[in-house]
Amino acid sequence: MRSSDDSQELLAAKNETEKPSAVKRRGDVESAVADPCGEEERSILTKPIILSVQDLGIHFDNRRVIHNLSFDVNEGDNVAIIGPNGAGKTVLLKALLGLLPYQGKVRWSPGVRLGYVPQKIAADRQMPIRVRDLLAAKADVLKLHPDSVDAVAAMVDLRKEVLRSGIGVISGGQFQKALIAFALLGEPTVLLFDEPAASLDELAEEKVYEVVERLQRERHLTVLLVSHDLSIVYRAANKVLCVSKDIVCFGAPREVLTPATLEAMYSAPPQFFLHRHGEEPAQASKASEHD
Amino acid sequence: MVKSQRRQVRRLSMTEAGTVYSVILAFLFAVAAGLVGSFALMKRMILAADVISHVALPGLGLAFLWHFNPLLGGGATLFLGTLLIWRLQKNETFSTEVSIGVVFAGSVAIGAALTPKEDLVDAFFGTFEQISGLTFLLGVLAVALIVYFIFRYKSALILNLFSPELAAATGIRVNRLNLFFLLTFSLTVLIGLRFMGALLAGALIIIPAATGRRLANSIGIFLLASSLASVLAVGIGFLVTAYVFRSLSIAPAIVMVSALLFCLSLIRPKT
Repeated sequence: MRSSDDSQELLAAKNETEKPSAVKRRGDVESAVADPCGEEERSILTKPIILSVQDLGIHFDNRRVIHNLSFDVNEGDNVAIIGPNGAGKTVLLKALLGLLPYQGKVRWSPGVRLGYVPQKIAADRQMPIRVRDLLAAKADVLKLHPDSVDAVAAMVDLRKEVLRSGIGVISGGQFQKALIAFALLGEPTVLLFDEPAASLDELAEEKVYEVVERLQRERHLTVLLVSHDLSIVYRAANKVLCVSKDIVCFGAPREVLTPATLEAMYSAPPQFFLHRHGEEPAQASKASEHD
Repeated sequence: MVKSQRRQVRRLSMTEAGTVYSVILAFLFAVAAGLVGSFALMKRMILAADVISHVALPGLGLAFLWHFNPLLGGGATLFLGTLLIWRLQKNETFSTEVSIGVVFAGSVAIGAALTPKEDLVDAFFGTFEQISGLTFLLGVLAVALIVYFIFRYKSALILNLFSPELAAATGIRVNRLNLFFLLTFSLTVLIGLRFMGALLAGALIIIPAATGRRLANSIGIFLLASSLASVLAVGIGFLVTAYVFRSLSIAPAIVMVSALLFCLSLIRPKT
């Protein structure tokens, strides 16, 4: 198995002699990953593919939740997954984690470690389990050094008192931080977030996103984030994946998130839509004066 | 009463090895029951716990009817019942409560129909009897296995309790862990089956755990408190039937003490 550095070099060498061809068709992705010669066709600037999803289909009983979904994620990407309620965003994350049966292919590159922050935990928060018990349990299962618990707690600013508290008595924001710390145990290379700030007030939400963004910056993580909040999508994501019954789109936020797509996806004009590239220069300077 | 005379005879022979084995095993069962019960309580499978112990009844009945070792008969139907509960747990769409209710009542009815009348009380409420050295050794081995399982898989069980999904994402084979836990639970019931009876074996797993839960706010304390409550109930139960209410059967005495301890734990404000 070649390392990613090797493949980068190979890519560079190939690109000197051969012109990259046009965009690859989705159906060819797998051969592009499997066959080293296929990689020459991708831009030299593109980081290696860390996740390749092909013709993904997820069914519950007779209900088709996800159908024919294909996309690639590159190392270091911040992918926002958006879509109306019930469109299957959570289900998609679970399938990527291997928690649900699915059709099609989900390929993570070798050596990838996944960290998962679920949307909500149905757990009985009255259980006599302290935050530290929970983190220590995961550290134990993964056979990590006990100190790793304090290390991840420090990463998300979880204070010692919180670690000592029962999981039922801490605030929603602290609980969410504890879940992120939990996901960070075992030094994941990819973090999958399912609306990490749902059910939090604005201040706590902002703090959670700050933690996420700082982690991505400092630890060069790849992030897949389910979010309802388009402002977060614009701020952090470099790719957007829309999941809805009628349309599926994938690409850079500005290309994908057109009013037309959003309207088709949510079947109603969005209430709130940031359209930064359309901003008047005058407005921009006004805003800076305020600062 | 023939029964109480038999009991008196047994009580007179306290010095015999078989009796000592039986008492020691009862205490070991109490420790295992406290540990397993703590996790059963957190898993909210108290109803399932009762069913599992009741499922032993048809097997016990057959054993009494055909005169083979009751533990063998009870163990066989326990094992089948365990697999059944496991299947039900996996199938999320199926109403577990309904099926548990059916299995519960069905088992008691079949057990009552099969068991000869004179053995019915023993099968339901247990009986204190001497055990052989081999039974004792097997019992000790079973308790060792249960304690090992709980401590070896404690972390995985905690993660699974907190969120099966996160446990699975951490690489724990949740389905297998659930089966192992249920088998451990059934093994615990099996150890207690003869002296606690099919109707009350589950009680010593659940009630001390409920007491422990009242007193604990961390997992370590919880396991310790549950086991202590269970051991205390068995100890006081033995003392009460030996010195105070001599006509009382051991299993009801233990369960009543256990319930009393739980009531006492209610005095302490919940943490």
